[in-house]
Amino acid sequence: MCLEMTKFGAIRSVTLPLAVVAVLIGIWTIVWRSGIFHPSAFPAPLDVLRAFGEEARTGRLFTDLITSLFRVTCGFGLAVAAGIPAGLWMGQKQMVRTAFLPIVNFFRNLSPLAWIPFAILWFGVGDASPIFLIFLSAFFPVVLATMAAAANVPTIYSRVAKDFGMSDSEKLARVTLPAIMPQVVTTLRVTAGVCWLVVVAAEMIAGRDGLGFAVMDARNGLRTDILVVEMIVIGLVGVGIDRGLEQLTKIPSIRWGYER
Amino acid sequence: MTVSPLQLRHVSHSFGALEVLRDLSIEVFHGEFVAIVGPSGCGKTTLLNLLSGFNHPTSGSIERKGKSRMVHQQDGLFPWQTVSQNIALGLRHEKSKQERLQEVRELVRLIRLEGFENSYPHQLSGGMRQRVELARALAGSSDILLLDEPFSSLDYLTRLRMRQEVARILQERPRTVVLVTHDIEEAAQLADRVIVLGERPAQVRHELSLATPRPRNPTDSEVVEATRQILTELDVESDSGEYTTV
Repeated sequence: MCLEMTKFGAIRSVTLPLAVVAVLIGIWTIVWRSGIFHPSAFPAPLDVLRAFGEEARTGRLFTDLITSLFRVTCGFGLAVAAGIPAGLWMGQKQMVRTAFLPIVNFFRNLSPLAWIPFAILWFGVGDASPIFLIFLSAFFPVVLATMAAAANVPTIYSRVAKDFGMSDSEKLARVTLPAIMPQVVTTLRVTAGVCWLVVVAAEMIAGRDGLGFAVMDARNGLRTDILVVEMIVIGLVGVGIDRGLEQLTKIPSIRWGYER
Repeated sequence: MTVSPLQLRHVSHSFGALEVLRDLSIEVFHGEFVAIVGPSGCGKTTLLNLLSGFNHPTSGSIERKGKSRMVHQQDGLFPWQTVSQNIALGLRHEKSKQERLQEVRELVRLIRLEGFENSYPHQLSGGMRQRVELARALAGSSDILLLDEPFSSLDYLTRLRMRQEVARILQERPRTVVLVTHDIEEAAQLADRVIVLGERPAQVRHELSLATPRPRNPTDSEVVEATRQILTELDVESDSGEYTTV
């Protein structure tokens, strides 16, 4: 019986969201038919479906998607590679924390989008500008979260490390890093989401390709049907990225942080 | 003549203006089980941190011969490691991989946790976790065990069982032990010698030795008598045998 209930639960977890989507498409159709909005400003669901097929056939949707994903991967990867060591350094050394925390906080609260003009002036339009902007959106949150986690590793673990004769590098690898991993992974999920938002904005203004540019391009060509296609893809891929990073929380040596 | 594994000479310790320990001189002999009891906040844990070398005394000297390992009140295990990995922590510089695995298996058997080798600490009960900590501290070539109220987070029955476990495990793997506890009966049941500390700043207030060989039961007459003596020394036992109400 228990098994049946979980089976029903699994079925429901698919059917219920699908029902909601169906209702939304229904409302969309009604609004479109009512003529509240001018047809050029409000695409029909079927037009969007057709545009989707067209975009998929020409392959443009796919190349734009790869372009955007590449930029996010580079910018986010660089930010993590630099941000975790920087956060560890700040978290473990009070002096470093005192010196850098105000400036890191400042940049953390400065919207990366405000950098767009400089990004274009320095890096032009292409891959470099969006990567730079994505780096800025991820680096400071990663630094702050790593710092907070490293500064709050329970002292009892330091005692154990000393009891068992660990060197500094051994302590870092065996104690500090694993101890902060759950918090770092949570931050990576949130930050990757932000990066996915930023790449669209960055490409809209400082891009020649990518999903953000495709959005702008569809607007300029008054192709609201393509616009909606891009929006749907952007949203779905964002969900996919989060689901992917969620898998990290299931690694046994990280999961303890979420189950206690 | 063998050298004492732990020797404190005129040790005093303060945190700023707060004097915690005053002129303590304690010697622990090889293979001896010493329990240190005292009112809460009297500086017992501070004393253990000095014994482990985690802190250094404000004045006086501490001599430690051999490797010491601490068993903490709770949450001393690494939550990102399995039972086996935690136990193997003290074995990482020793022997071949084969021998390490053998030793871990042996220790898991000793603490009766067969089948939980690959469990993580958060999947175990409090008593099981404390047994793993004990096994981790015993692994490899540790000489001195420092027990910091290791059963205080457990319920009463589990605590009684853990006392039996510790006595049994120490028979198989003898160590020099210093147990810090506020559980007087526990001290009297487990230790060869009980040192009673007074209120802060802690000084040795009383010392008594137990002659009955370990392991003992909480109801053994010498244990009961020692418990009574310590309680009297700590002013929580009145002459009529009733606890005073404070």
